[in-house]
Amino acid sequence: MDYAINELEQEVLNTSRELVQKKIKPLRAEMDAKEQFSTQMLEEYRKSGMFGLWLAEEYGGLGGGITCLAMAFEELSRGCAGLALTPGTSALGAIPMYLAATKEQRARWCPDLASGKKLWAFALTEPEAGSDATALKTTAIKDGDYYVVNGTKHFISTGKEADFYTVAVNTNPSRGARGISLLVIEKGTPGFSFGKKEEKMGIRSNPTYELIFENVRVPKENLLGSEGRGLLYVQETLDYSRPGVAAQAVGIAQGALDVTIPYLRTRKQFGQPIITFQALGHKVAELAAKTEAGRALVYNLTHRMDEEFLPAVKEAVANGTVIHEELKKRKGMRWTKYSAEAKLFCSNVAMEVADECVTLCGGVAYMRDFPLEKYMRDAKITQIYEGTVHIQKNEIITALIKEYASKEGEE
Amino acid sequence: MNNFKNVWIFAQVQRGRLSPTALELLTAGRKLADSLKEKLCAVLVGYHVEPFVKDLVEHGADVIYVCDAPLLENYVDDVYARVLADLVAQYKPNKFLLPATNLGRSLSAKTAVFVGTGLTADATEVTIHEPDGQLYATRPTFGGNLMATITCKRTRPEMCSLRPMSYEKALAKPGRTGEVIHFAFDAKRHVSAARFIEFIKSGAEGIDLAEAEIIVAGGRGVGKPEGFVLLQKLADRLGGAVAASRAAVDNGWIDYRYQIGLTGRTVKPKLYIACGISGQIQHMAGMSGSDVIVAINKDPQAPIMKAANFAVEGDLYEVIPAMLEELK
Amino acid sequence: MHIVACVKQTPKSDQVKVDPVTGCLLRSGAASAMNPFDEYALEEAVILKEQLGGKVSVITMGPPQAEAVLRDSVARGADEAFQLGDMAFAGSDTWSTSYALAKGIEKIDAEQKVDIVICGKQTNDSDTGHIGPQISAWLKWPNAAFVKRIICATENFVRVERLTEDGSEILEMPYPCVISVVKDINQPRVRSVKGRLAAKRVQITKWTADDIGADKSKLGVKNCPTNVVKSFVPKREVCSVTVSGVTAQERGAKLVALLKENNCL
Repeated sequence: MDYAINELEQEVLNTSRELVQKKIKPLRAEMDAKEQFSTQMLEEYRKSGMFGLWLAEEYGGLGGGITCLAMAFEELSRGCAGLALTPGTSALGAIPMYLAATKEQRARWCPDLASGKKLWAFALTEPEAGSDATALKTTAIKDGDYYVVNGTKHFISTGKEADFYTVAVNTNPSRGARGISLLVIEKGTPGFSFGKKEEKMGIRSNPTYELIFENVRVPKENLLGSEGRGLLYVQETLDYSRPGVAAQAVGIAQGALDVTIPYLRTRKQFGQPIITFQALGHKVAELAAKTEAGRALVYNLTHRMDEEFLPAVKEAVANGTVIHEELKKRKGMRWTKYSAEAKLFCSNVAMEVADECVTLCGGVAYMRDFPLEKYMRDAKITQIYEGTVHIQKNEIITALIKEYASKEGEE
Repeated sequence: MNNFKNVWIFAQVQRGRLSPTALELLTAGRKLADSLKEKLCAVLVGYHVEPFVKDLVEHGADVIYVCDAPLLENYVDDVYARVLADLVAQYKPNKFLLPATNLGRSLSAKTAVFVGTGLTADATEVTIHEPDGQLYATRPTFGGNLMATITCKRTRPEMCSLRPMSYEKALAKPGRTGEVIHFAFDAKRHVSAARFIEFIKSGAEGIDLAEAEIIVAGGRGVGKPEGFVLLQKLADRLGGAVAASRAAVDNGWIDYRYQIGLTGRTVKPKLYIACGISGQIQHMAGMSGSDVIVAINKDPQAPIMKAANFAVEGDLYEVIPAMLEELK
Repeated sequence: MHIVACVKQTPKSDQVKVDPVTGCLLRSGAASAMNPFDEYALEEAVILKEQLGGKVSVITMGPPQAEAVLRDSVARGADEAFQLGDMAFAGSDTWSTSYALAKGIEKIDAEQKVDIVICGKQTNDSDTGHIGPQISAWLKWPNAAFVKRIICATENFVRVERLTEDGSEILEMPYPCVISVVKDINQPRVRSVKGRLAAKRVQITKWTADDIGADKSKLGVKNCPTNVVKSFVPKREVCSVTVSGVTAQERGAKLVALLKENNCL
């Protein structure tokens, strides 16, 4: 079912679907096999406006919100989760900037972000700091008008292709988690280089790189918000981006079904199309129901988020204030639990659906000529990045304990 | 309208070579001229085109109009169309056939407007409607799904571009004579703002499709660009050329230059081997004149299997290697 | 740079059905869309606009429902849209159609100077390829057909490469000029989100034959020089042999033998 509630959202769906049919499908197998980033798709995304969906019109965006972002990501991932990451990771890298940036910083970065002229990426994970972001080793020490950055980030999506990296650094190692800040570091800054390119199970057309910082001098104008509040911005970012991963997972599940159902309808054994065997038909029905449930979960959440996000952005742009501050003023919901629930549920559905679809189609689906095994490989990442399923469970249970603790004595 | 007499054909010359379409037009034109009891005339425009006069006469032209000038060495639409329009205005032909080559399609269209007369595009058959002497030009439309016969009642000449290979080439009768009329090139009238810069010869290796006696063509079933290497192997072994259907071209597996069909080229080889081509009517329109058609297709129900003289059910990636083996 | 792209609404080619008895087109239910060749023309116009600045106007001649193809053009990047609609145009052949389009372009040109007119190579319903060259003939502008590449477009001229059977030719033309393009020239983009939204809101300029100052004695089924007198479904009959054999390999080998037997090799 389409969850679009306005013209813009409907056209985002239509555009993404046309991109899949005309541009992504002919390209996906090749880019996956070659493990190659597609500059052709980058160009197509630019021309069709996929980078600016969620940004204010003042910056050349389309004025949509988290829903538009999620819808595009779902539909593109339905074609290819790897190629979908080009606009997906650029948004992920830029959300913390958009939230925490001053109006000057927004004016500086947003127009090229919206047009897709510049790609963004998010750099949090380090070899010794994944789920535990407080263990970050990358440091940024103030030196006059600059921060001097040293350290290594790894598993960075769209690495090397992106122009701007939102990097979590420690500006005050003595303060631990409270010393973490976000810096925008531009590709080409002296001392900033790329290390190993990872060879991955899935999403192979999106390059995953190691980032190496050796005495990289970053102007202090590239600090987002204030020092020491990095983890706060990261949490807020993940609250908005996890529904995106959930949407991607729904897209992967739907894409797997799109391949599977027509095959089961035409494949005949024992003289009949195998989808008419009830054991198989019922399995498909279950998978379809779970996928639809995931989709409902995602868009109910993002539409609620947009009710707060869109006015906050409008206000911040009109008054030259910081979006993060405008959101705080609205004292809305903390989305952490709901985002985590959506991502947990949908990523598990994606993996289950892809896995079962391969089984349903049988031998042919195990072959690379058939576009199904890729969905299974790609689905796996949704259970891992932006917090594994276990981390999502941590988020949920932490929130639940707090929720019920505060209710104690109410009765 | 009675002042308009004779059947004209445009004898296309490019890069010092008389297009084979000229001889096909002479065949078609001869039938029309005989049925009208009028003369068959050829129009020869270009630079250093005199040597072709004899060819055209021997192949059936009664009169040759020659316009020869350095500025006509290369084809520029306006210049050629102005020359043709002036020729028509002065000599008033009854029917005027041009080849539906790239050059001919554009030239005929522009000339028709300059002359102020009707034009039928890409006809595959032209006849004279006896009662009134009108030209009936029959052509495929809607991608070959429908044939339409088109007339031009009120204006003369009735113009028509004729699809290459729709008619056999006229046979030569050595010693046949004809009249030559020289038409003066007028540098003031026959001009264009467009400027010809240069010709780039096709980089494509191998045999020209139009001349190939054997063609191995691939379609959607080829599945990947590398598949055409296998087709090329077979073509090489048979001394033929490779071609493609629109599906293969649209997928980017092979250049548009190789496309056969309504929106590509028309071919008429002795043997046409269609590999993984379903046989859409648009494709058939470009190759159904082949002497022998072979279809290799996984789908026994594909339309090409019924249109082929020899139908082979099977994966081209299994059938072609077997053929190569057998041909060793 | 002001570029005019000519587009036409045609039946989707794969959905055309012909009544086998009457030979008439069965149009009911057949979906219409932009002539596929025009997609390349429009895309090239949009590319030129992106390179040189300016705007893309799009023009069509057709019945009221042809408005859809203009809105689709805006979704694909056109800025302004003009529709020539008048019963006087109905049934026009290419000579008359190109005349009407040329008059329309003349009027657009009078309001804002036109630099290049771009047409598709042909339409998928009548396959003539006449319109581009004929528009240029009416306007007395230079033209090039079968253009596979715009090599460069400067302030003063455009240099194009056109396809010939034996290679290609480079031509240079000053503005204004007309080109018709083949599909090699580009890969049409997907309709953008912004374009789709603009398409819903664009004001379409609608002109009648009188609006464009067209001479009605040159228009319509009664006045155009050519007419269809007959249409029919082509017949195909072949003597077909199904090559036998258990495996595909066997059939391949058998085929070679059969071709040799029949002196085809």
